[in-house]
Amino acid sequence: MSDIAPKHFRTPLARVRGRGAAKSGTEDFWLQRVTSVAGIPLTIMAIVIGMLLLGRNQAAVAQILGSPFVAVFMLLFILCTVFHMKIGMQEIIVDYVPDESMKLTLLLANTFYCWAVGLIAAFAILKMSFGV
Amino acid sequence: MADTRAPAKRPLSPHLQIYRLPLTMLMSGLHRISGFVLYFGTLLLAWWLLAAASGPNAYSKFEWFSGSIIGQLVLLGYTWALIHHMLGGLRHLIWDTGRGFGEQEREWLAAATIIGSLALTIIVAAISYLAMGGSR
Repeated sequence: MSDIAPKHFRTPLARVRGRGAAKSGTEDFWLQRVTSVAGIPLTIMAIVIGMLLLGRNQAAVAQILGSPFVAVFMLLFILCTVFHMKIGMQEIIVDYVPDESMKLTLLLANTFYCWAVGLIAAFAILKMSFGV
Repeated sequence: MADTRAPAKRPLSPHLQIYRLPLTMLMSGLHRISGFVLYFGTLLLAWWLLAAASGPNAYSKFEWFSGSIIGQLVLLGYTWALIHHMLGGLRHLIWDTGRGFGEQEREWLAAATIIGSLALTIIVAAISYLAMGGSR
């Protein structure tokens, strides 16, 4: 460290601390913007759909959620949400978890959680839609 | 990467406890926190969908939860987080175009985010309450 000139505050590339780096950059940045743009109308739709289903019994809820229009909107909402939240949580993890092995463990858990939740929700919608 | 952790000799900037809490900073934090909360709230959404797909028994279990006091508070919190995060995201999208960074603009945007999210949440909650016959 002593070979660094004291008034030279730029971090040398060779000495960066290895924070961040979930091994992808601009792709995630862009996908986060794409899913946030898409997320605005989809979120409004999802809130409206949710409110319309308040207090209805299971058969009615399943029928409405399974109808083509609603099902497609809900599938888009789920897909959009799951991609967006995976990148968002990844950002939080790389910001606050400096320990390399803990970071990788959490990134892995994040991936598993998002895929599981997304698939559960998508499967449920498809099941109601196809009526099986 | 073990030997790359040596701290560089850099000036330290003052941290959170030094500053008063400006609204813009509070909104920045709330955006991340609401996103964090929504991350787990999605599990609730998945439960609701799966219950509706599974049948009356599974759905009544979800309704038992969503009708309870805790369930109502969780749903209200989820709704607020969702609306707040959506408006906060809209603010970020405005910033992505290079606009909205001015001294007054950013204060205005921060205020609009929190006032808008609270107002919309109250409207959604009020309509939902009335739609349920005011019973729950």
